[in-house]
Amino acid sequence: MRKVLIVGATSAIAESVAREFARREDRLFLVGRRPQALAAIADDLKLRGAPMVQFRVQDANDISAHAELIESASVAMGGLDTVLIAHGTLPDQAACAASVERTLAEYQTNALSQISLCTLIANRFESQGNGTLAVISSVAGDRGRQSNYVYGSAKAAVTAFTSGLRQRLHGKGVHVITIKPGFVDTPMTAAFDKRGPLWASADSVAKTIVRGMIAGKPVIYAPWFWWGIMQIIRNIPERIFRGLKL
Amino acid sequence: MPGAGSSWGRWPRHRHRTIALTNRYQRLVLDEPGTLLPYGNGRSYGDSCQNDGGFLLTTRGLDRYVAFDVDNGVIECEAGMLLEDVIEFALPRGWFLPVTPGTCFVTLGGAIANDVHGKNHHRLGTFGHHVLGFELLRSDGSERWCTPSENADWFAATIGGLGLTGLIRRLRLQLRRVPGPFLRGQSLRFGNLSGFFELSRDSDADYEYTVSWLDCTAKGRQRGRGVFMRANHAVAEGTTPGSGQWRVPFTSPLPLVNRLSLRLFNTLYYHRPAARRADAVWHYRPFFYPLDGVLEWNRIYGPRGFYQYQCVIPPATAPESLEEMLETIAVSGSGSFLGVLKMFGEQASPGLLSFARSGTTLALDFPNGGAPTLQLLESLDAITRKAGGAVYPAKDARMSATSFQQYFPRWKEFLRFIDPRFSSSFWRRVSQDPQGEAS
Repeated sequence: MRKVLIVGATSAIAESVAREFARREDRLFLVGRRPQALAAIADDLKLRGAPMVQFRVQDANDISAHAELIESASVAMGGLDTVLIAHGTLPDQAACAASVERTLAEYQTNALSQISLCTLIANRFESQGNGTLAVISSVAGDRGRQSNYVYGSAKAAVTAFTSGLRQRLHGKGVHVITIKPGFVDTPMTAAFDKRGPLWASADSVAKTIVRGMIAGKPVIYAPWFWWGIMQIIRNIPERIFRGLKL
Repeated sequence: MPGAGSSWGRWPRHRHRTIALTNRYQRLVLDEPGTLLPYGNGRSYGDSCQNDGGFLLTTRGLDRYVAFDVDNGVIECEAGMLLEDVIEFALPRGWFLPVTPGTCFVTLGGAIANDVHGKNHHRLGTFGHHVLGFELLRSDGSERWCTPSENADWFAATIGGLGLTGLIRRLRLQLRRVPGPFLRGQSLRFGNLSGFFELSRDSDADYEYTVSWLDCTAKGRQRGRGVFMRANHAVAEGTTPGSGQWRVPFTSPLPLVNRLSLRLFNTLYYHRPAARRADAVWHYRPFFYPLDGVLEWNRIYGPRGFYQYQCVIPPATAPESLEEMLETIAVSGSGSFLGVLKMFGEQASPGLLSFARSGTTLALDFPNGGAPTLQLLESLDAITRKAGGAVYPAKDARMSATSFQQYFPRWKEFLRFIDPRFSSSFWRRVSQDPQGEAS
């Protein structure tokens, strides 16, 4: 039985992932900002098979609370061996371009708070000699594009950070997993026109994520075909790329 | 997402903006003008799930279990959950849906809003009979818990209320005990409509589920032939169908349903060995949901989609009215893969606008052939009106206001329960003054 901590547990992808773990009868500890939504999710996960679900109302941006948050999850579940860091926002790029404050606030949410959690959890897993730490980054972190570069560069930091962490903890029983979702139909992307074959449901992305987490895959593109798309995008020469409307 | 906001008949096509609901504490925040309509899984066939020019409140994000009482079979969950999810949860614990329509890909909210029925109507009535209560959110922010005794007027208006009385967020449903996933019964051929009525009379007392497939292409002496199926839940050993599903991968550029393919399909179906064989054991999936094994089967009707016609004809006039309908359809040369025929029981439905009522129901689909199809359907309506029957709004995209107002005589009582911000394309059509109706 796994003991799973999920930060950003009311996000659509995180909730679908939690359902997969609940079905496997794992223990769950959920962290999010909205108490009513967390309580509803916790009740649902218990009926889906989770033997124990607890939650804590906490803004992931409150970095000073991270150490205590991780400890309380471990105390509640009688240990901690699996973590999914899933919180995040999709910034308004134009508003960020006009405001340094906004840009840095988005970095706080989408990079720094994740890096803080990763650091503490990685050290804990290293000393206990096992654990799976999965972090939701994004395909947007694979290359900065004018339409979305504040989010993209924050996710690039998360991708590079987890890549380094993965090397450091290789051979020490700890799996560090970088998850790169493509276009997922969730409330975060409510403003988009979701027609077309590139859009995936949170449920199908969650299944891919959980399979990858259990198998200890280092990097998960979800759905898988984004690996190919990003290979192409990464390999466009900068001379051409700078003129593209992406 | 593919098909977001469309109906199962893929016709008519409308423009909407969508508001995705993701948790049951969400308020309806309405900064912009425009009417609202709850939209579940889009399995209503016509325009009762459409709101041209307005907003659709998509409810699939409301899909959480709330509570389950395993001893009494009472399940509470959010309204965007699919019937499929309820079965998946309840069946291993010895419970099943008390009433199920022919697809499990509908939401619980949709099952209430259309007061759906199943093959056991003569025993257990409609879906609404088993709803213990639900929470209704109105656009003014008010919330009501409605049951048969508490807010009973709102309960009766919302069951079969086509999503117009507000948003159903959460509900409590009474399940029924079953011994397992299998049903045991028989399939029997009948040569004409009186054969069907005879089999219904003989079977309804001993079998919980009865339904018939009807060959709508048969002419002359073969008209009205079909296959009658009857079954009960049973302890049985059978084969569980694999989880694999077929999908119609794209919309056929031309309808695959035409005079020739229909005759072929119906003749083969009638003469297949399984139709002759009497005793049968079915897994619940092929028995209740034969078409759910083929995902997006509606695509075979091509880009113009199709119309479904489902009516109920009162017992006294059913035999001759149904004969007249089959004659009309056979002459038109337009037909259906699956004509479905079933005797309803006498139990009164719980909703002001419920469709199911004592009589015989017939359901057919027709590829959208434009004006001739509409003419055919209108001539079927003329027969239904004359017989004192009704047509099912969940499947309709074209009935006239005159027809609707005759079929649902309590519609004026219903008006005061409609949320002032809620509307649908269907409702705007059928509630207009028949005098001013475009012909």
